Amino acid sequence: MEDRRVISVLVENKPGVLARISGMFSGRGFNIHSLAVAPTLDPQYSRMTIVTAGNEQIIEQIIKQLRKLINVVKVQDLTRGDYVDREMILIRVKAAATDRSQALSAANIFRGKVVDVAHDSVTVEVTGAQNKIDAFLQILSPMGIIELIRTGMVAIPRGKKEPKPKGKS
Amino acid sequence: MIGTKLQISGAQILLRSLKEERVEAIFGYPGGAVLDIFDSLMRHFSADFRFVLARHEQAAVHAADGYARATGRPGVCIVTSGPGGTNTVTGLATAYMDSIPVVVFTGQVPTPMIGNDAFQEADIVGITRPCTKHNYLVSRIEDLAGTIKEAFMIATTGRPGPVLVDLPKDVMQAESTFEYPHTLKLPFYKTTIKPHMPSIKRAAELMIKAEKPVIYAGGGVISATAHKELRTLAEMMSCPVTMTLMGLGCFPGTHPLSLGMLGMHGTYRANMAVANSDLLLAVGARFDDRVTGKLEEFATGAKIIHLDIDPTSIQKNISVDVPIVADAKDGLARLIEVLKNKGQPAKSGKRLKDWHAALTAWRSEQRLRFDRSTETIKPQYVVEKLYEITAGNAIISTEVGQNQMWAAQYYLFDRPRTFLSSGGLGTMGYGFPAAIGAQIAFPDRLVIDIAGDGSIQMNIQELATVIQYKLPVKVVILNNGYLGMVRQWQERFYDNVYSHTDIMVSPDFVKLAEAYGATGLRARTTAEVEPTIKKGLQTDGPVIMDFIVEREEGVYPMVPSGKSIKEMILV
Repeated sequence: MEDRRVISVLVENKPGVLARISGMFSGRGFNIHSLAVAPTLDPQYSRMTIVTAGNEQIIEQIIKQLRKLINVVKVQDLTRGDYVDREMILIRVKAAATDRSQALSAANIFRGKVVDVAHDSVTVEVTGAQNKIDAFLQILSPMGIIELIRTGMVAIPRGKKEPKPKGKS
Repeated sequence: MIGTKLQISGAQILLRSLKEERVEAIFGYPGGAVLDIFDSLMRHFSADFRFVLARHEQAAVHAADGYARATGRPGVCIVTSGPGGTNTVTGLATAYMDSIPVVVFTGQVPTPMIGNDAFQEADIVGITRPCTKHNYLVSRIEDLAGTIKEAFMIATTGRPGPVLVDLPKDVMQAESTFEYPHTLKLPFYKTTIKPHMPSIKRAAELMIKAEKPVIYAGGGVISATAHKELRTLAEMMSCPVTMTLMGLGCFPGTHPLSLGMLGMHGTYRANMAVANSDLLLAVGARFDDRVTGKLEEFATGAKIIHLDIDPTSIQKNISVDVPIVADAKDGLARLIEVLKNKGQPAKSGKRLKDWHAALTAWRSEQRLRFDRSTETIKPQYVVEKLYEITAGNAIISTEVGQNQMWAAQYYLFDRPRTFLSSGGLGTMGYGFPAAIGAQIAFPDRLVIDIAGDGSIQMNIQELATVIQYKLPVKVVILNNGYLGMVRQWQERFYDNVYSHTDIMVSPDFVKLAEAYGATGLRARTTAEVEPTIKKGLQTDGPVIMDFIVEREEGVYPMVPSGKSIKEMILV
């Protein structure tokens, strides 16, 4: 069964690390659906959110192969627990001054923000889980999408709902 | 300056660091970007290292690899930038596939010129990323010593492998103080893995109950120096052992419990044993396709215990019942201890009586064999005689193809680190330089490269190296005028269409040896084989023995690619 998985990878923030990760994926025939990366609070490290797909055995291999890389600090399969994920999209749709309201109301419903307006188009920013982004795209597509860019997913595990009995959090 | 430490060049820091790592031999080839290193090598370190100038950088890496396989210590190589680096790629990939600790230092253009397509510039770190365990570009002299320490640590620990360190010329020329670090800055690299004891116990329980057990041992047993533990376990449990190509020598080939090699050209009894087993203990092996044949039909009746240091090897090709991530030595020692405490092993001999009877039956049913009546030399006969005459005491390297398989089948290896062969990558041209590496490590031992007439030509230029350093490497060419293994597949699976595998146009290897200053001998008939080997081995210095063998001899038994290991073509 092909399952979508969200893997969070903490890596050393050094030149070539992204190439090691992406090279491992392509060299071993694993699929990258999206990959987002930026430094953590501590600039020595970066965190990647990789969305991939595969059966249980492939996912196990991906995680082990990631752990084997020297610059990889920690690998977490977020899909195994509860997590929050977001993606941002910037999308420019056709909208002349006369029919701009349709785009604006769609943006409004999806709690999007208009970030640019031109004489024949508007550019909207929407953030949300991937199903929300997909739904937003469906709504806008009849209007004519001129250009769009997605950041790829970023994700974080949910905090513990119950306090731990003791010890560090 | 009073009170400050002496400043030395990057080149000197490199060589001082190699001394700290107790490196004795360096294989390599000079060039523009490494002039400073070579200058320092001659001026300041000529008494510290045995430097071996290969005639091609690929051969330099193979020699370092052969040195590593023969000794268990890392092989070291220094080459220049650009083509020097790109020529090491095959050597690195060979070492990577077989988990061999090799550290390669490449020159690089000065840091300000990197990326500008400078003369002899190549992005060698980019190029070798997928064929090294790890690699580095050292862009600051302050990082040099620490990087070298890390490189050796990574190459030699865990699952070993090659590491490349790229050294820009300006970093080699810069000056700094030298202090070799004692601690490592590799907080996330785990070198020791403690095996999961419940899994070891579960493995022990399965072993005690098994009625048809087989140990399937690979190169990991050799790299972990676990051959003693393996033997103890096998003898204690009366458990037969089959070895992969990489594992040959990890268990004595002459031992009554040895089944020989398994897989595509393995013995009938090894493959039948695995196919019919009820328990398979894989140690330091990775269920390679040349071993398993058709995966769906591999050891279907067996519970599988997989002990390996690399978690990625486990559950990669085959689903196993008891995974154990451990160093082979440590893992086997713990398994032995648990079994001893259970007090059961004594009963193993009796419980496995039927199993041993079956193994004996398979053995007598189908032995390795060839036609002994011919006047034309059979290649198998050459290897068999070589085994007899050397009493199994030589270090054997091989090239790749039929020569390699016949060596694996007909030369029995009783000790680890005596069989040097490119298993994973299958690199033609590996054997001769690997023999050079082994001979450098063991000047007094007999080192023989078993070669084909095709693959010997892939690094034949190393004849100059053996002459220059007076290395008495012996080369046995099984000369059939074909790229024999490919021809065999063309015969079997491609309707005898011998597309571009006929290489009758080859040099006269006897004259070629003489042209370099080595000795060349030739045998054309079966009767000449023994005297030729004896004469060749008694001759001082390097010798090429050219055996003109049966042109269309094949390697058998054979499991066709993608078939079950039960479906062997026997002759």
